[in-house]
Amino acid sequence: MNSLVLSTITRILAPLLLVFSVFILLRGHNDPGGGFIGGLIAAIAFILISKAEGRRQAMVALRVRPLSIAGTGLLMAIVAGFWGLIAKGAFLKGIWPLIVYNADGSKGGLPIGSILLFDLGVFLVVIGGVCGIFFNLEKAVGEDTD
Amino acid sequence: MTLLISPIAIPLLTATLCLLLRDSRAAMRVVSLLGTFALAYAGALLYLNVETAGPISAQMGGWDGPFGITLVADLLSATLVMLTGLVGLFVVIFGYSDLTFGEERNGHMVFAQVLLAGVCGAFLAGDLFNLYVWFEVMLIASFGLLVVGGKSIQIDGAVKYVGLNLIATTAMLAGIGLIYGASGGLNLAHLHQLLDGRSGEPAVLMAAALLLFAFATKSAMFPLFFWLPAAYHTPSHTTSTLFAALLTKVGVYTLLRVFTLVFDLQHPLIQSLLWVSGVLTLAVGVFGAIHEVQARRVLAFLVMVSIGIMTLGMAAGDVAALKGTLLYLMQTLIVTAALFMAVGCVAYLSGTERLDEMGGLWRSHPVVGGLFVLVMLGVAGIPPTSGFWPKVVLIDAFASEQHWGLVIAVALGSLGTLYAVMRLFSAAFWQEPKAPLPGLMLDFNRAAPMTALAVLVVGLGVSAEFLIQVADSASASLMDPKLYVERVLGARE
Repeated sequence: MNSLVLSTITRILAPLLLVFSVFILLRGHNDPGGGFIGGLIAAIAFILISKAEGRRQAMVALRVRPLSIAGTGLLMAIVAGFWGLIAKGAFLKGIWPLIVYNADGSKGGLPIGSILLFDLGVFLVVIGGVCGIFFNLEKAVGEDTD
Repeated sequence: MTLLISPIAIPLLTATLCLLLRDSRAAMRVVSLLGTFALAYAGALLYLNVETAGPISAQMGGWDGPFGITLVADLLSATLVMLTGLVGLFVVIFGYSDLTFGEERNGHMVFAQVLLAGVCGAFLAGDLFNLYVWFEVMLIASFGLLVVGGKSIQIDGAVKYVGLNLIATTAMLAGIGLIYGASGGLNLAHLHQLLDGRSGEPAVLMAAALLLFAFATKSAMFPLFFWLPAAYHTPSHTTSTLFAALLTKVGVYTLLRVFTLVFDLQHPLIQSLLWVSGVLTLAVGVFGAIHEVQARRVLAFLVMVSIGIMTLGMAAGDVAALKGTLLYLMQTLIVTAALFMAVGCVAYLSGTERLDEMGGLWRSHPVVGGLFVLVMLGVAGIPPTSGFWPKVVLIDAFASEQHWGLVIAVALGSLGTLYAVMRLFSAAFWQEPKAPLPGLMLDFNRAAPMTALAVLVVGLGVSAEFLIQVADSASASLMDPKLYVERVLGARE
């Protein structure tokens, strides 16, 4: 599709969507959001690029092949599970290495740990999975009409 | 903890590695072989542990039951996980020769490992909702496995398969919702306490009906069996073997688990449903197997015969009949895998799957013929093979409860099965072939797993004591799940 409007808007929207997806991913820690919905939003960005500039351009923007992204994400989620098993003896148990307990009993530091790793894994699985399916469908349709 | 997680985590990890290494066929093969070997090993360790220490349970993320994600293994699930690992190992080796390059490149190994994870997850799940999740995992993986070949007949089979199974899982979800609304719990052990004495309530009965519908579809009982003969003959022999050995058995397992722990298997309504459905499944299976001319369609109907017999065992519902059912469940996993693999070998050697075009293999491949006879006896339930004992136990149980109709049904079913496999055998080995045989020899990757499974079929028949003991104590703990509940929820109540 060659539409000047679409490709101009995409150039503005795609980076915004990607930033927003990371925001949603991190927001999911305590509020509605998280890896799944964040991944879907990120996938929308790449699908938008492929609609405006073509599938090849979207693949270039993604840099890595979609299924490899999904595989990496799955690996991260499994590693997050084993992290809990090894450190605390329960599979998928949340581990917070950067949280510090102050003298007055309050918590400080950064809430970054195995949960974020798991969510990041989900994020990547969704991006990879959705983009992989979409690009393959796009390819099949393209072969039919060409 | 590790024991319970590894049967799920190992295949998932293997699938991930296969996905990342998908450019190299050799690397995928090595990884999936090592992963499945590790799964079989983990299954054996789990079995040994449960056999000595009784049921074990673990809570994911350290959130205690009944609200956390619970994994439980009692003797029945541990044994089934062990057998799953074993069958998986043989199937992976068989696939080395049987799969085409395209199927491997399109991710057969990834999907196969995800399927193994789903099956083990369903065997180990301790609450209804996770059971549903593992069913979905299995469904997605089996859809992938059905279509990796990319032929239109495979897509056709896959659409029927997924269509009916999707309806079943939706019904299951609705049933789970009803149960949660009626009782406020999802954990199986917790539900056992919550629903104690409430089996007659409309909401509970409705939920039971929905779950029965879902599990009956999964295990291909009459009248919900259409997906099975429609799909099982379309993919590669490797995929057919994996499906036939594992998928319907998961349905039977969950039916047994949920309808002893949560619902009442001996409720007259459920009993009569299982009675009718069992007899009709058996009849459709036998007639279909006698009628079909395509080898794997015959086998698909033979799978239905075994499901029918197990349904009848559940319909009788007392401890002795359940013992027979469990024994049948465990041995049929091995026997079905052996049968599908043997037919895979025969189809490879004769270059066709149609019974009227096969023939003449006895002259060129007498050893394969001998192994086929062993497997065939196992399916029909004739000594010295493993198929014999569960039928003895079942018929004994039916006779002692005066269920003469069930005795006759099982006997006629066995006779029909024998006829169907004899027909298969004489077509493939004795009949004069229409066209000259391709003159192939079996390679190691096909011959070794088939031989191993055939030996196992006879070995489990000769030393039947092992499985009979497992079935004995597993059926006792199904009927009296006190220890199971205690190990999941702790002894606090």
